[in-house]
Amino acid sequence: MAVSSPRPRRRFRQPSVIPGFGLTLGYTLTVLSLVVLLPLAALVARASGLGFSGIWGVATDPRVFSALRVSFGVSLLAALTASLFGSIVAWVLTRYDFPGRRVIDAVVDLPFALPTAVAGIALASLYAPNGLVGEQLAKVGIEAAYTPVGIFIAMVFIGLPFAVRTVQPLIAEIDKEVEEASAILGSTRLGTLTKVVLPPLIPAVLTGFALAFARGVGEYGSIIFIAGNLPYVSEIAPLLIVIKLSEFDYAGACAIATIMLAISFAVLLLINLIQAWSRRRFGYV
Amino acid sequence: MHAATSGSTAIRVEAISKTFDTAAVLHDLSLDVRAGELLGLLGPSGSGKTTLLRIIAGLDRPDAGRIIFGGDDATRLPVQERAVGFVFQHYALFKHLTVADNIAYGLNARKRSERPAKAEIKKRVGDLLDLIKLSNFGDRYPSQLSGGQRQRIALARALAVEPRVLLLDEPFGALDAQVRKDLRRWLREIHDRTGQTTIFVTHDQDEALELSDRVAVLDKGRLEQIGTPDEVQEHPASPTVLKFLGDTIEVEAIAQNGRVHVNGRETPVSAPASAVGPVKLYVRPWQLQFADEEHAHLNGFVRSSYRAQGRQRIEVDRPGGKLLVVEASDNARLDAGHPVGLKINSGYVFAN
Amino acid sequence: MSEAITPSDFPVAESGLRPPASVVTETGWVRVLLIAVAIAFLALFLVLPLVTVFVQAFAKGLDAYLAAFKEPDAHAAIKLTLITAAIAVPFNVVFGVAAAWAIAKFQFWGRDLLVTLIDLPFSVSPVVSGLIYVLVFGSQGLIGPWLIEHDIQIIFAVPGIVLATIFVTFPFVARQLIPLMQEQGTVEEEAALTLGASGWHAFRTVTLPNIRWGLLYAVLLCNARAMGEFGAVSVVSGHIRGLTNTLPLHVEILYNEYNFVASFAVASLLAGLALVTLVIKSLLEWRYADDIAAGARRH
Repeated sequence: MAVSSPRPRRRFRQPSVIPGFGLTLGYTLTVLSLVVLLPLAALVARASGLGFSGIWGVATDPRVFSALRVSFGVSLLAALTASLFGSIVAWVLTRYDFPGRRVIDAVVDLPFALPTAVAGIALASLYAPNGLVGEQLAKVGIEAAYTPVGIFIAMVFIGLPFAVRTVQPLIAEIDKEVEEASAILGSTRLGTLTKVVLPPLIPAVLTGFALAFARGVGEYGSIIFIAGNLPYVSEIAPLLIVIKLSEFDYAGACAIATIMLAISFAVLLLINLIQAWSRRRFGYV
Repeated sequence: MHAATSGSTAIRVEAISKTFDTAAVLHDLSLDVRAGELLGLLGPSGSGKTTLLRIIAGLDRPDAGRIIFGGDDATRLPVQERAVGFVFQHYALFKHLTVADNIAYGLNARKRSERPAKAEIKKRVGDLLDLIKLSNFGDRYPSQLSGGQRQRIALARALAVEPRVLLLDEPFGALDAQVRKDLRRWLREIHDRTGQTTIFVTHDQDEALELSDRVAVLDKGRLEQIGTPDEVQEHPASPTVLKFLGDTIEVEAIAQNGRVHVNGRETPVSAPASAVGPVKLYVRPWQLQFADEEHAHLNGFVRSSYRAQGRQRIEVDRPGGKLLVVEASDNARLDAGHPVGLKINSGYVFAN
Repeated sequence: MSEAITPSDFPVAESGLRPPASVVTETGWVRVLLIAVAIAFLALFLVLPLVTVFVQAFAKGLDAYLAAFKEPDAHAAIKLTLITAAIAVPFNVVFGVAAAWAIAKFQFWGRDLLVTLIDLPFSVSPVVSGLIYVLVFGSQGLIGPWLIEHDIQIIFAVPGIVLATIFVTFPFVARQLIPLMQEQGTVEEEAALTLGASGWHAFRTVTLPNIRWGLLYAVLLCNARAMGEFGAVSVVSGHIRGLTNTLPLHVEILYNEYNFVASFAVASLLAGLALVTLVIKSLLEWRYADDIAAGARRH
């Protein structure tokens, strides 16, 4: 460090007496590069070898296109459902006290903890035509297993905790004085909810929705058992990557992976934009 | 107030400069700390006083300048080897350790060859607990204690390593008014008993003036003045020091033949030789007195008056929309709108 | 105005409508309805599948259940799963603590970008996570030919499974510790340093005790994911029975062979792990909420 110049200047890092910066940052960057960045770069390199037209060619292949449509379309619906019910669950768990609340709160994290393959076979057996729920659904003419409905169910399962857990901390932080103020100013409870309580929650709901959506698009294990995997009907994009790989069609696998990666980064960017907007608008994320 | 211990220089701060990112917080600052004295670093927030304390401790590195401990250059000395005791503003007690283990931490951190025997550590901790009057609290955890108790434990922990200098960062900042007063007196007692060279940082004038042997007033990263509490109060070196130490009224005045004139009338205030022509006269509220028209230096109308702590405080509107607050001991109750004249008994003028 | 105010001066509304207990909650029936909707939804989507696992596992009785674990393939799968977790979890603990130390205790340029990069594996599909390793180490991969020349097997072997597992669990520990250590700041470490402690001593005696519950929490979640990962491991494993099958892959194979009881029996082992994880996780959250995290409960 040059001590001679007292002039203000920008530094790479603020000086600190805490030791270990070089060691830990060096280790972090090395491991991050080897484990995450280089392998991802290998995919990007492969994909750029194909060129845009190559990727486009794969994407417009009818079977690939239909798989992408199923993945994104169903995930969108599932994320909407997960967000709607997830917000209700988050509200109920945070604002109401009732017996068993803590147990139910713990249950919300089940999809995080339960291996996806286990969830997959359980859902498949439940919603199969002779399964506990499948049988009832069949009576009203809904075929769940081996159709996009099954994919939808698996995606709701996998996305629900994201929807609940992003909204929950914000509900917990709502300042009750604001609600009291609204009531004192003469607003009805419904008015207070829709005009005072809910608007600040929107960014969190959107973030939870985006996370659930991204997770649904990429999900594999819990879906393949219930989906039936019929090409053009209930075949999802991640499965198609696996199929292409098993056929040693690396280019095809890479093209689909690149499209999915691009979409998940777009979602990541969207989440960051939502949070930046939220910080400006409401002062928190 | 307190007999300034006129010992040798314990710490010399030499031409220290420091910038953070792009903001300079200390400019070429120098001061000496005498052995055994209790020095208060006083300044508003952002004056750089905490940064100076952290540089002395070795928690921050200066960009330029030197720190000298008893004749040895300590600028490059790592914090561990400086042997300073540092009491953090929010105590920084180790939550997972008992009070006794907190106090013993510095001793236990030493290399095996330099570490005192277990029994001796225990005895030292016991003595310190007695000193801070928390003898029976050794087995408690910090979370079970009040703010004042935590502060005392932070002090004991810092004293346990027998530091060359004790550094306290806003030691009473986070405490209730009453606890703060008690702790102040107690810190002074501890200091008188141990003779430990001590520097503390505060933004509270009363605290600095009551507690310190000497006060160093900092503003915008520069040392404005250093002296005994009496010196800085009676002979403030700059308007900044004057304003920071209490309420002041600024009056436009003219310096002429070594005297200061206000509104054409001479005042008892003498002007320094270098001050000639228009000057600013600074007056404390109690240096004003109600007077009749022919002796008054200032005129105005009473806006309101109220009583606080046995004295009358009168707000006076002056021509030009200026407001001033006068303190008076008289019981005369002045009605709003009443015209009044004010006589200046004394004040301060600084060289231009 | 010295008259005593009697209650009758302020008559209480005597209609049958009782106001809600507080102005900051909904009326009774709305609350009941919302609670019912939430519980029904969670029961249908989360609890029922979990119960199904155990019901199906014991559908043919205890003997059939236990038979599933007498298979040598099952033993191999259990062993491989344990080995994988035993490597991946400590690896990510070391990485996570180092990364959190650098990111939380220091201010430096590009810090936010670094956090985003560490988070990347969470936003990559498990299948793609497996694919990228095939692209590096596979026979057609970047260094595949070199590996074949030197007779090193990574893809379709244990190293590939471990690598893919490390990738998908990569952010867990760092993610958990960064906000926690940021919140704790550096003041306690500074206090330790002024008392003469070395950096390592301060880390061991001050930092580590301060993050222990957060770290345990992260290890728990990291382990659950490491043992349960399916998609990424499936891509790199090659499904070689008895050699490269982890428990989740074993579940799949048995299921596809219509050996449902055995499949659900093995699955029940993983479901049991998930339940234990949830219980310990909840206990940690109730007991040590402040020591676990600054709100960041995203996985």
